[in-house]
Amino acid sequence: MLRLQINGEERLVGDDVDPKTPLLWVLRDHLSLVGSKFGCGVAQCGACTVHVDGKPVRSCQLTVGNVGAKAVTTIEGIGKTPNGAKIQAAWMEIEVPQCGYCQAGQIMSATALLNSTPSPSDSDIDAAMAGNICRCGTYIRIRQAIKNAAAKSV
Amino acid sequence: MPAKINTRFAQSDAYISQLMRDVRDVPAQGAFPMGRRTFFKLAGAGAAGLVLGFHLPGEAFAATAQAGKDQAMNAFIRIAPDNSITIYSKAPEIGQGIKTSFGLIIAEELDADWNHVVMEQAEINPKVYGNQGAGGSTSIPRAWDQLRQAGAGAKAMLVAAAAKQWKVDPSQITARDSMLSHPSGKSATYGSLAIAAANMPVPDPKSLKLKARSEYRLLGRRHRGVDDPKVVTGQPLFGIDVQLPDMVYASYTKCPAAGGKVKSFNDAEIRALPGVLDCFVVEGTGVPAEVMPGVAIVAKDTWTAFQAKNRLKVDWDLSEASKDSTTEFSARAKKLAASFPGKPVVDIGNVDNAFANAAKTVEAYYEYPFAAHAPLEPQNTTAHWHDGVIEVWSPSQQPNRGLANLAKVTGVKEDKVVIHQTRVGGGFGRRLVNDYMCEAAAIALKVKTPVKLQWTREDDFNHDFYRPAGYHQFKGAVDKNGKLDAWQEHFITFTADGKKEASGANLTENLKYSTIAPNLRRGTTMMPLVIPTGAWRAPGDNAQVFANQSFMHELSLTAGRDHVQFLLDAVNTRVPELAPKDPKTVNFSPARASAVIKLCAEKAGWGKTLPQGSGLGLAWCYSHAGHVAQAVELSVDANKRITIHKVTVVIDVGPIIDMAGSEAQAQGASTDALSTAMGLQINIENGRIKQQNYNDYPTLRMPFAPKVIEAHFIQSDNPPTGMGEPAFPAFAPALGNAIFSATGERVRSLPLRNLGYSV
Ligand code: FES
Ligand code: FES
Repeated sequence: MLRLQINGEERLVGDDVDPKTPLLWVLRDHLSLVGSKFGCGVAQCGACTVHVDGKPVRSCQLTVGNVGAKAVTTIEGIGKTPNGAKIQAAWMEIEVPQCGYCQAGQIMSATALLNSTPSPSDSDIDAAMAGNICRCGTYIRIRQAIKNAAAKSV
Repeated sequence: MPAKINTRFAQSDAYISQLMRDVRDVPAQGAFPMGRRTFFKLAGAGAAGLVLGFHLPGEAFAATAQAGKDQAMNAFIRIAPDNSITIYSKAPEIGQGIKTSFGLIIAEELDADWNHVVMEQAEINPKVYGNQGAGGSTSIPRAWDQLRQAGAGAKAMLVAAAAKQWKVDPSQITARDSMLSHPSGKSATYGSLAIAAANMPVPDPKSLKLKARSEYRLLGRRHRGVDDPKVVTGQPLFGIDVQLPDMVYASYTKCPAAGGKVKSFNDAEIRALPGVLDCFVVEGTGVPAEVMPGVAIVAKDTWTAFQAKNRLKVDWDLSEASKDSTTEFSARAKKLAASFPGKPVVDIGNVDNAFANAAKTVEAYYEYPFAAHAPLEPQNTTAHWHDGVIEVWSPSQQPNRGLANLAKVTGVKEDKVVIHQTRVGGGFGRRLVNDYMCEAAAIALKVKTPVKLQWTREDDFNHDFYRPAGYHQFKGAVDKNGKLDAWQEHFITFTADGKKEASGANLTENLKYSTIAPNLRRGTTMMPLVIPTGAWRAPGDNAQVFANQSFMHELSLTAGRDHVQFLLDAVNTRVPELAPKDPKTVNFSPARASAVIKLCAEKAGWGKTLPQGSGLGLAWCYSHAGHVAQAVELSVDANKRITIHKVTVVIDVGPIIDMAGSEAQAQGASTDALSTAMGLQINIENGRIKQQNYNDYPTLRMPFAPKVIEAHFIQSDNPPTGMGEPAFPAFAPALGNAIFSATGERVRSLPLRNLGYSV
């Protein structure tokens, strides 16, 4: 039995789950947290991004057995943090999503960026967001929404 | 050389070609008209309030025979006594914003309070809703009249109910924000009138007065996507998010070379893996658009199904499998290009004469590669076979066709097929084909509980319906006045059946109208292809416009003319044979084309002096009923690294429904077009796809995306047309033309990274 700390709650994962299973699939198939998305499975797209102890992590690459007692935050819980809420509001304000499939991962990466860099420059945004693919091409609005959210935090 | 025609592949290709024609087949000058009997109310007096829906002509649906909850299922609008207004969106949401736009169109005519409208996805029932697909940028033009009439009809019934209660003339009643009011001071909410309105006669759609554009309060403004709150908080929306009690998970493995069949596999080894519940061969129909043969593995979760898939060893029968090779195709096309085919497909004026008397001529060869769609949500469908019914939840672009597809592959009648439409994590034309939906159903027949079929990203790259490569040999002539006088184009393309072009591999209709020369000749040579092709965002146009509009720039330079003037002259040349025969079905207009070109030149600063190493390029297209011009301003450094300074997009698709969404499509399509032109390419060798995941297929990322994309809309009273596709095709030639003006190097093949360019 694994005890995970997810979005501030303890969640139990049964012994029937192989500890080598990536966190992504445990969240999605066993804990009914389907907000984190599968896009590539090989750390290329960022759709599966969650925070582990505040750092953005590709949950398709982290085995559930290696999570331990670290605090996991997913898209379902990020709105409870000040920067997460700001980012989500900024996303809606300028209508960032197209198909929306990448956006959970984008929001997790963007929130992590604001947590570490409250007023990010264009190159900070480039560096923090380069791991997240948006097939619909919403980058121009993601950049703007991050700047709008940052402006609200100062 | 692949020569033998696979008949089931040819059949699949014919199905997709027909689908693509049907998807595009919409009158350009207005939606399908509705007759009197097509409009009906679903509920009489009762707790449901006013529920309005539609019959299709010839369908004998008795509204009264439908009971209770079902009534809402056939609806467009439901107004409940508690003043809640629910609007049902009949088409798939794939990122084009249709769920928002459909709601806005109805709410506008209904004068509903948009902030309190709830949008829901309609059930899949083409008998009630008509076409429920998303593709070809036709959702808006198809539904425009239908939805406006639904909104206006419901409002007319509410007004009639109020007029009766208040004993006043209906013409004195005004509607706003879900309220009716009368100069006497009387007012009432829609909800309070809903039951009374349901007892009013249904108006004849033709009697309804629809709003003029100047009266719009919602349309044309910026709106938030109706599902945004769920998207940004990670709520379940997509096909991949479907969860059902007792659900199991499946992977499916097909032959990496299209057309291979399963001889045997390591059944005992797979079956023994912990968490694997079952594994079996699915014979399928052998039709790529349905179910190709493969091995299904059913497991307790997705990861287990994927892990077992990795351990799978299949002995494939490759006798009918593809041996296609893109290197071979390129080499062959180049050779074929040299001799123009004996029988041209178009031959107007006297091309030979024009070349003989030309002031100047120019020749060039263009090519572009195969491309995959790679929508970010990998293909999936959840299927449940129960009580003689096959029930699926699927992120499809063609759920209405899914009914017949599933009936065919499962052997049940269409009325035993139930399809639930989920949100779709990117379409781009890939999900016009329901192969993954059919596979899930075929697997479900052998599983007692609901089963979610999940493709891996590698499955998605290996089993796409690709954008075909294409090769164009051009020759053009300009006359002594510097005008385009002759255009000859030899298009080398592909065939699946040996007779006609494969799906998406034909010269597009759009280009026939928009490349206008007094002497014009086109011919086609086809190479046999096994790998299936299909519709890729702005099919045909997405690459052919690159070749055509780049060559157009070569011609204007040859003529020594200003490129914009040259384009305007060409588009306004009158060649009766090239003009659309029926303006009702083709809305191409030289005036609208000229307007977008002129405004684009103006907004992009055409003619301004640019620093050394910088360039401005412009191109235009008529695509999917939209007229679009695009300009790219960039600079190129000594290492061929491109910096995009500004993209300008000018679009005429008639009036805009949702400005935020339309601008998003213009930005997204331009970004997608940059991504595709810079880096995307599918290589095939021995029938196998080389690119297996995004690391081989460099989809554009944030640091390389343009920072400035200005979209301008020329709005008019022409009926609105779709925004999903038209802003894609003209980008790549504008980019290539800009690179030429910056560097003097002509881009005649894509992707640009093969030529040493980067962004
Ligand atoms: S699914 Fe994890 S990075 Fe793509
Ligand atoms: S919004 Fe569709 S992938 Fe980003």
